[in-house]
Amino acid sequence: MSAHLPVLQVLIPLLAAPFCVVLRHRDIAWAISLITSLVCFAISLMILDQVLTQGVISYFMGGWPAPWGIEFRIDVVNAYVLVIVSAIGAIVSLYGRHSINKEIPRNQIYLFYTAYLLCLTGLLGMTATGDAFNLFVFLEISSLSTYALISLGKNRRALTASYQYLIMGTLGATFYVIGLGLLYMMTGTLNIVDLHNKLADVDGSLRTFQAALAFLTVGLSLKLALFPLHLWLPNAYTYAPSTVTAFLASTATKVAVYVMLRVFFTIFGVDLFEETGVPNIIMILAICGMFVASTVAIFQENLKRMLAYSSVAQIGYIMLGISFLSVTGVSAGIVHLFNHAIMKCALFLALGCVMYRVGSVKLSDMHGIAKKMPWTMGAFVVGGLSLIGVPLTVGFVSKWYLINAAMEADMMPVAALILLSSLLALVYVWRVIEVAYFRAPKTESNIKEAPLSMLIPLWIMAGASIYFGIDTDMTLGVAELAAEMLVGGTP
Amino acid sequence: MSMELSILLSILIPIIGALLIAVTGKIPNLRESVTMITSVALFLNVLTLLGPVLDGERPELQLIEMFPGLTIGFKVEPLGMMFSLIASGLWILNSIYSIGYMRGNNEKHQTRFYICFAIAIAATLGLAYSSNLLTLFIFYEVLTFSTYPLVSHKGDENAVKGARTYLGILVTTSVAFLFFAIAWTYAAAGTLDFVDGGILGGNVEGPMLGLLLMLFIYGIGKAAVMPVHRWLPAAMVAPTPVSALLHAVAVVKSGVFTVVKVIVYTFGIDNLVNSASAGWLVYVSGFTIIAASMVALRQDNLKRRLAYSTISQLSYVVLAAAILTPISAIGAALHIAAHAFGKITLFFAAGSIYTAAHKTEVSQLNGIGWKMPITMTAFSIGALSMIGLPPTAGFISKWYIIQGAVSSDNFVALAVIVLSTLLNAGYFLPIIYAAFFKKEEDRKDDHHGDHGEAPLPIVIAITSTASLTVLMFLFPDVALELAQQMIGGAQ
Repeated sequence: MSAHLPVLQVLIPLLAAPFCVVLRHRDIAWAISLITSLVCFAISLMILDQVLTQGVISYFMGGWPAPWGIEFRIDVVNAYVLVIVSAIGAIVSLYGRHSINKEIPRNQIYLFYTAYLLCLTGLLGMTATGDAFNLFVFLEISSLSTYALISLGKNRRALTASYQYLIMGTLGATFYVIGLGLLYMMTGTLNIVDLHNKLADVDGSLRTFQAALAFLTVGLSLKLALFPLHLWLPNAYTYAPSTVTAFLASTATKVAVYVMLRVFFTIFGVDLFEETGVPNIIMILAICGMFVASTVAIFQENLKRMLAYSSVAQIGYIMLGISFLSVTGVSAGIVHLFNHAIMKCALFLALGCVMYRVGSVKLSDMHGIAKKMPWTMGAFVVGGLSLIGVPLTVGFVSKWYLINAAMEADMMPVAALILLSSLLALVYVWRVIEVAYFRAPKTESNIKEAPLSMLIPLWIMAGASIYFGIDTDMTLGVAELAAEMLVGGTP
Repeated sequence: MSMELSILLSILIPIIGALLIAVTGKIPNLRESVTMITSVALFLNVLTLLGPVLDGERPELQLIEMFPGLTIGFKVEPLGMMFSLIASGLWILNSIYSIGYMRGNNEKHQTRFYICFAIAIAATLGLAYSSNLLTLFIFYEVLTFSTYPLVSHKGDENAVKGARTYLGILVTTSVAFLFFAIAWTYAAAGTLDFVDGGILGGNVEGPMLGLLLMLFIYGIGKAAVMPVHRWLPAAMVAPTPVSALLHAVAVVKSGVFTVVKVIVYTFGIDNLVNSASAGWLVYVSGFTIIAASMVALRQDNLKRRLAYSTISQLSYVVLAAAILTPISAIGAALHIAAHAFGKITLFFAAGSIYTAAHKTEVSQLNGIGWKMPITMTAFSIGALSMIGLPPTAGFISKWYIIQGAVSSDNFVALAVIVLSTLLNAGYFLPIIYAAFFKKEEDRKDDHHGDHGEAPLPIVIAITSTASLTVLMFLFPDVALELAQQMIGGAQ
């Protein structure tokens, strides 16, 4: 049994999805997706444990050995990402029932759960696989189901948002395949480890090689919404149903970042990658993203859109960490992957509660809301403090690491920029806090606190963003192991 | 009881108190009893550490390793001991006072008020005991955020605006400068521990040392060295007990306490004396002393006048530390205590006048001394201490600072002290004169004249703090012993 965990991780949600379609009942579909996500979470924890105790797991699909067959290869890096994705999946399904019932037409709800399970399959598959083309297949599974999920949003603009993402996402995926095709041309293999070995003695100035890297970088940057390729993200996050936004914001871009790490560090390797000068470009774009997106966030009236821009900025922090190419820097990026997933999930879940009771997440509709929904807004404040990077929250841990990485690389100006941009978060978070806590409600209304089944998952996430801000043993430990592996060049 | 436990309890007692206050919030009498019991328990607990510290012990407690090699840790050294004694001791008196004030003025949200107060005290004690800069920074930020609801307590536009300035300046400076300085220190020295003689010697030199010092001084916004002083007058929108204990003692003293700690234990006095890049600090703090006093002269609002007086007095501590002689460092430590007793008395008096007579401006105080003899006598004692006249605590600390200035031939510092003494007299003596010797204007149209002394709890509190101001002059032994031990003197 335990030998088959890697494949079960992906297979279970894939097989569960059709049941939702067949049974067609919204509560049964919800139960299926909840159980499936909980099982996935348990499996991911077991895998992480296995990896930490026994080292890399290599699973040959159908018994065909790599590099001919498809290999699922799980080391510390993707075991960690699997845990993030499936944990968020579990929390979101726990939370989603009420919210989904309210935000999606009754007859489409079972479709939501189907698409959600397929999306989970795709994301977990992308993470678990050790085959670069298989990765593309899972990428498409997750992308297509994501388009469907976004289009389920109540507002009709969800359709345009979904369409916009479809175009951009397809472009990204196509670029990825083109890049991969070029690599296949050079090496004749698609297995990631095999690619690493065969590329080891390639001359970095080779035109095909550079074109491949360019295509892969741009394609993946689109998927992970690196500034300025983030244009699909704000609309998608704003108009998707609240639950979907919470799920996507904490998983989809994170998995894309993981794939980027794989391509840069495992396939190409640090030395080749550094020669190309791409890290410098990424560093500049990441810093621009941190400032531009945070500034734009300050002026948003719709809070989901505000948090969407904040996500673009936070992805900047992650990519900045990675672009240092040092163990500390990559650790910072990876740990922020986890930390940002937790805090953004908490924030979007809190907005989901507001949406559920108020029917809007516009700032002007949230006057004095904290008196009516103290627990929801309490969690929002925790998430917000974390975004700012206040000590004792996860945001501080990421920031500390990132700053140290910049200092280590002798880039004091970059350290200063990181700190300055984090102050922008103070502005956009505090804007909300002042309105929610101090403005008098516009009209007398009988808005109540959100139901407990939404508050509990919300506070699990809010609690986690404090807990992991104090006890950093697990998150930092794994992130450092992963970074050492990636930077050290062991495939 | 082991000393490790005492350290832990110093932070846990107020936190447990905060939880109990939340639980008992519906029953005001019980809630206030909890506050009182908590504050007394905390003081007694802190007192158990005094004996061992005076005997030369330095109890330590390393809580958890937050980052590899960096722990949240505590070590009680003499200065921290003194600070924690002052903060916890005055918390008892301030709680008595708060009960009278909050009830006398029918303030809302009293439960939230007492909860945040307790958390702020916990943060202050954590800061006082911290054994490294990281721990100190964490509690510094917690203190900022936990006092935000206290400053914005009234919830009206004015309060929210004041609180925004408060939070904005304190967080911006601490993130942009202090955090940066700490990261720099860590990168240069490889440690953040507070060590006798400092950790920067030989690691950072020349002009860079001056720059780093500048980052620290302006990063520690709580020390209110001009031009980062604006938050302090803005914080005066808070209820008077907050201004009294937090913005005359806990928060602002955390600032100057941090400055002294950084100069003594991070830079090292000898290191700074030899490097010539710290000379500017005398001028900057000297300027703040004089400028703030001049502004104070022109304030008609009593609390604002006191706030500017605080800014000026805080820079006394910074100036004393910047003179860089052992004897002036003793003066700095003593002034932290002396100013605490004096200024809390003055704020208590301002709140007492507001509660009994609803007067807030200096120009309204003619003849009030005969209606509120206890309040105004206490006010006079506090004012004498600010000016630095015997028989009050202010005389002692000023004596040591002057001695330090003379022994190092620092005539700039000497001139500043003399001039500011005159200015202090210029803005305090007229108040005393008006209160006792001018006649109240006859106004029959309102009932502002019909008042006597403030409620009993307020009178008790103000009498106690005024007595402490005199007692510290008569029995300065403990404070002096602690201050001398700080610079490695007699035991």
